[in-house]
Amino acid sequence: MIEISGLTKRYGSHTVLDNINFAVDSGSIAAIVGRSGAGKSTLFRCVNLLERPTSGTVRVDGQELTHLSRRELRTARRAIGTVFQSANLLRRLTAAQNVALPLRFLGLSDEEVHQRVRELLERVGLLHRANHYPAQLSGGQRQRVGIARGLATRPSVLLSDEATSGLDPETTRSILRLLTELRDDLGVTIVVITHEMDVVRSVADVVAHLDRGRIVESGRVGEVVRRSDSPLATSLLPTDPAPAPLAGEVVWQLRYTDAIVDPNWLTRVSRELDTDIALLSGLVETVGGDHAGRLTVRMSGRLSPATVAGAFAAYGIHAQVASAADELAVAS
Amino acid sequence: MTGSVVTGHVLALGTPWDGVPALVLPALGQTAEMVGIVMSIVVCLGGPLGLLIFNTSPRGLAPHPRVNASVSWVANLGRSLPFLVLMATVIPFTQLVVGTTIGVQAAIIPMSIAGTAFFARITENAVREVPPELLDVGVASGASRWQIIRSIQLTEALPGLAAGLTLNIIAMIEYSAIAGAIGAGGIGYLAVNDGYEQFDAHIMLACIGTLILIVQVIQFTGDRVVRYLLH
Repeated sequence: MIEISGLTKRYGSHTVLDNINFAVDSGSIAAIVGRSGAGKSTLFRCVNLLERPTSGTVRVDGQELTHLSRRELRTARRAIGTVFQSANLLRRLTAAQNVALPLRFLGLSDEEVHQRVRELLERVGLLHRANHYPAQLSGGQRQRVGIARGLATRPSVLLSDEATSGLDPETTRSILRLLTELRDDLGVTIVVITHEMDVVRSVADVVAHLDRGRIVESGRVGEVVRRSDSPLATSLLPTDPAPAPLAGEVVWQLRYTDAIVDPNWLTRVSRELDTDIALLSGLVETVGGDHAGRLTVRMSGRLSPATVAGAFAAYGIHAQVASAADELAVAS
Repeated sequence: MTGSVVTGHVLALGTPWDGVPALVLPALGQTAEMVGIVMSIVVCLGGPLGLLIFNTSPRGLAPHPRVNASVSWVANLGRSLPFLVLMATVIPFTQLVVGTTIGVQAAIIPMSIAGTAFFARITENAVREVPPELLDVGVASGASRWQIIRSIQLTEALPGLAAGLTLNIIAMIEYSAIAGAIGAGGIGYLAVNDGYEQFDAHIMLACIGTLILIVQVIQFTGDRVVRYLLH
């Protein structure tokens, strides 16, 4: 479990992180999202104490880290595994030697190191590449070695800084599957720092949106995506740009706000309003364990917007006018 | 042409070719001894000095501007003077340490000073090439500073250090030749004393050939070692 409270980091007069409060339960995956420059990497470096926060506390499994001495901190860091962007493997060491590094720092015997390294490489599916150098491994394999190294000291928390950026979609999926396995099999608490919304949708239990050094929105992913007025929900489940409506018609953008939505809502609303609903695009998927949908439909412009919105709301769907034909006429 | 006439004259005064190895081989041994001793001192002193310079710099493991500036200043001192001038400058110190100002032992002092300063910079540069993220890996996995220096900085910088060491050995062979001027012995002394001053073209040619050969062999070996270390 990680609890960050009142965390502030300043460089001179420049505030990079401003009063961050965020907690991640044991055995869950948290994603911290934000644009580059939002302070994500600084937050990452403050949580594993590569940088000392200016103020505030970081607790890992109840232990406060910010006030530890150098020596105490060295021991405490072993409870936090770190996976870096682009893996950061030592070029001159083999996969096995890279994984062994934190164990050597601990002063384990050769035999213990050897055995643990085997276990770890097997865990990430790279036992057959144990004696390969990083240059001989693919990007995804290097990242797996990085994850194995992060897990070497049996940490209760794994921090990952953009571990999947720059990997192809298939490799990204396999890395994310591995993270999910680690959470489910080993109960590791995982914090993923990312700018990729796909990553959040597919693995995260909770999400926090970091913007200019502040957490502007956070919550359980399944719940966040159903918020109708949330920028984070919009970026998590972006809707396709609405096509231009025909004259006298209106394009609506719909979003599920309830966890459970009647599967026949489209026919039912159509019947209730006595109008045709043309489905232009749509996607219903499982996010954070619940269904989340976002659809674009076209309807007659004769109906009052309030009536339409009300009819959808009754089924747990938030409806919003995307664009109207007359607006478009003015524009052209 | 005048040049060829002079050459012809000089050749006539050469040591017979079959007598050349008897002079060149012992000299080669002396050069090897001098460079060997100097390089051991240079690596033992210059290596730690270079690590100290890098690790007290802002990017190092223990930034300390004052220590950094002073150590860096000392290292620059050893490289500021042309070797011949340095050799003359440190004569009192040489006298104090080895009790003489001529010969192999006397040459070792200025050579070690120049070489140490040289190798300190080489070490600093090689270690600086190690990506800073790799130091984070060490810190984040709970390594001590010494563990990071040994397992990450030196391990990753090894190819650079080997390339630098090659450069340094060759520079020391050159310095040993200059040290021939204070009777240091070795190939350089033989070339200056017998070859140049006594117009002994055979000795001169043998010395030049030997020096070229040694440098080529060392560079070739160094390159092979670097390539091996790079994986």
